[in-house]
Amino acid sequence: MAYNFKELMNKEERLAPGHRMCAGCGGTIAVRNVLRALHDEDRAVITNATGCLEVSTFMYPYTAWKDSYIHNAFENAGATCSGVEAAYNVLKAKGKVKNNFKFITFGGDGGTYDIGFQSLSGAMERNHDMVYVCYDNGAYMNTGIQRSSATPMYADTTTTPVGKESNGKTQNRKDLSAIMANHDIPYVGQTTFVQNFKDLHIKAEKAIYTKGAAFLNIMAPCPRGWRYNTEDIIDICKLAVETCYWPLFEVEKGKWTLNYKPKTKLPIEDFLKPQGRFKHLFKKGNEHLIEEFQAEVDRRWELLLKACEE
Amino acid sequence: MSIRERLSGNEAVAVAMRQINPDVMPAFPITPSTEIPQYFSAFVANGQVDTAFVPVESEHSAMSAAIGAEAAGARTLTATSSCGLALMWEELYVAASDRLPIALALVNRALSGPININCDHSDAMGARDAGWIQIFSESNQEAYDNFVQAYRIAEHKDVRLPIMICQDGFITSHAVENIELIEDDKVKAFVGEYCPENYLLNDNGTMAVGPYAIPAYYMETKRAQLEALKNAKKVALEVAEEFEKISGRKYGLFETYKTEDADYIMIIMGSAAGTGKEAVDELRAEGKKVGLLKIRLFRPFPSEEIANAIKHVKYIACMDRTESFNGHSGPIGNDVRTALYNAKADCEVINYVYGIGGRDVTVESLKSVYEALMEIEKTGDVGERYHYLSLRD
Repeated sequence: MAYNFKELMNKEERLAPGHRMCAGCGGTIAVRNVLRALHDEDRAVITNATGCLEVSTFMYPYTAWKDSYIHNAFENAGATCSGVEAAYNVLKAKGKVKNNFKFITFGGDGGTYDIGFQSLSGAMERNHDMVYVCYDNGAYMNTGIQRSSATPMYADTTTTPVGKESNGKTQNRKDLSAIMANHDIPYVGQTTFVQNFKDLHIKAEKAIYTKGAAFLNIMAPCPRGWRYNTEDIIDICKLAVETCYWPLFEVEKGKWTLNYKPKTKLPIEDFLKPQGRFKHLFKKGNEHLIEEFQAEVDRRWELLLKACEE
Repeated sequence: MSIRERLSGNEAVAVAMRQINPDVMPAFPITPSTEIPQYFSAFVANGQVDTAFVPVESEHSAMSAAIGAEAAGARTLTATSSCGLALMWEELYVAASDRLPIALALVNRALSGPININCDHSDAMGARDAGWIQIFSESNQEAYDNFVQAYRIAEHKDVRLPIMICQDGFITSHAVENIELIEDDKVKAFVGEYCPENYLLNDNGTMAVGPYAIPAYYMETKRAQLEALKNAKKVALEVAEEFEKISGRKYGLFETYKTEDADYIMIIMGSAAGTGKEAVDELRAEGKKVGLLKIRLFRPFPSEEIANAIKHVKYIACMDRTESFNGHSGPIGNDVRTALYNAKADCEVINYVYGIGGRDVTVESLKSVYEALMEIEKTGDVGERYHYLSLRD
């Protein structure tokens, strides 16, 4: 199916404007673009982990969601969606539900990589016909930019603050997409906002319309947490991909595919420089920290190339 | 004709679940309730029910999935015990606030630590402020009967709240007793179809569940929940009346045993009520005017009704199968004293912690409670009001 940017962007929004997410929020961009991959004739039930997205889009008595929607708690979006999907299978078989429903879960990296990890793992292992979408902004933004296991090394967060004795977070980020791929689920995709959303759209559609469990990891920058100029979000995403910090790949039934290989791999400084959370890395004497960061990006990139047989 | 069987409490509840034929059952095993999902899985495997059994990876996920399923429009149930219920704690509040009539079979077991697999009520008591309806059963028969009645109470339009049917771990869950089952078709007709008004999978509209509520709305939500919970009292009685018609067995908010002319009353809940009745019979044979009140509906607490039933009695012992660490009383002790105070009753109330972590409850030990009440009357000295029963030296 040819990708028609104009046509897609003119589809009716399934997340109505008027919600309270920040201007330029990557989370909202991720949600709207995933929902665009739903076919018009299909209905959906959206599950949402507690986080910015939930508290800003469903504040009683208003909701921005045009589809049926359930928020339960922080750590259980996977399990909650499992229940909805199980209910659908039974009610559909009994003839009590006529429409076709799709099940999409949204969680930030806190609700997905960390507190909701067990619930996610369980839902994926049981292979419910659902998509779990992580909008990964690399920290607990809703509570005020605390580190998560998705936070990259050396990022300045409010629980890994840079100080006299600290250069920010001391650990590498967890590679959740690979962990999900190792659950042997039918579909895993990693993407972000590049190529006029083509990569995201194709992956979202595959994830939604592949039978069984699917996981989509979308890097969704947060201007407040990352401290870049809000209007530069698309450049930031592009740099993440061109430096191979956030490669675009997918794993279908165990087969790894690299979706984009930069002609010239840009140095990691290009991605780090515009972000305030990495400002300290550019102080004189901290060159070795950037070198370490680069080495880790390189190591992971090589592993990915191998997995994708590139 | 009802069916005579010999079943453990767990199997009896599993049979009730089969007869109800719910839409979804998410569950995670924990002693002593494990047999319930095991029996139920066999019903699924043999095509005896249409239920989606979701073998989740934890009790937290069991209740989370139950909330998703019930909100989606499916009649949903689960079973657990002890730490399993504790792990669900956060979700119990969500289920009640979302007004989802989920049924939970709780097989009462002590909470850790130290880890202990035997009976007490600390698990249920940890959830007593969660907004669930809580019903306690004395016997296997009651566990079965209460479960058959559960959805009629929980799903009633004036209630719409989750319900917990409790029975005592091992004591009734594993002991095999003679039991009368109701025929499948009669149970099916009694429970009826689940037809929610609003649900996620409604073909004719959308629904949003679980909002963020600012201070301007949160308080009204809780008040609405309370009104619904209070309604459960009336509904439980109406359902019990209908249940009597199909079963011949009578249920109320509580049961009184030889209390009319009693001077000394014990208030108790769960399987130990049976032991207590035996103690009453033995003391009555000696001419002692003793009686017993067994609580069936614990949440909402039938405060006025219990006060009316006992306010004429001078000496009362409240029996708590849990320790609530306030230093002066257990949950039943608290609730009964409040009920009596509000009724301006003039009773001496003492409170016992008994049977926790599976400590044996014997007829002799419960007789000693009545004897303590008689001693208070004789000496006029109440002494300590909070005791541990059958404690090792």
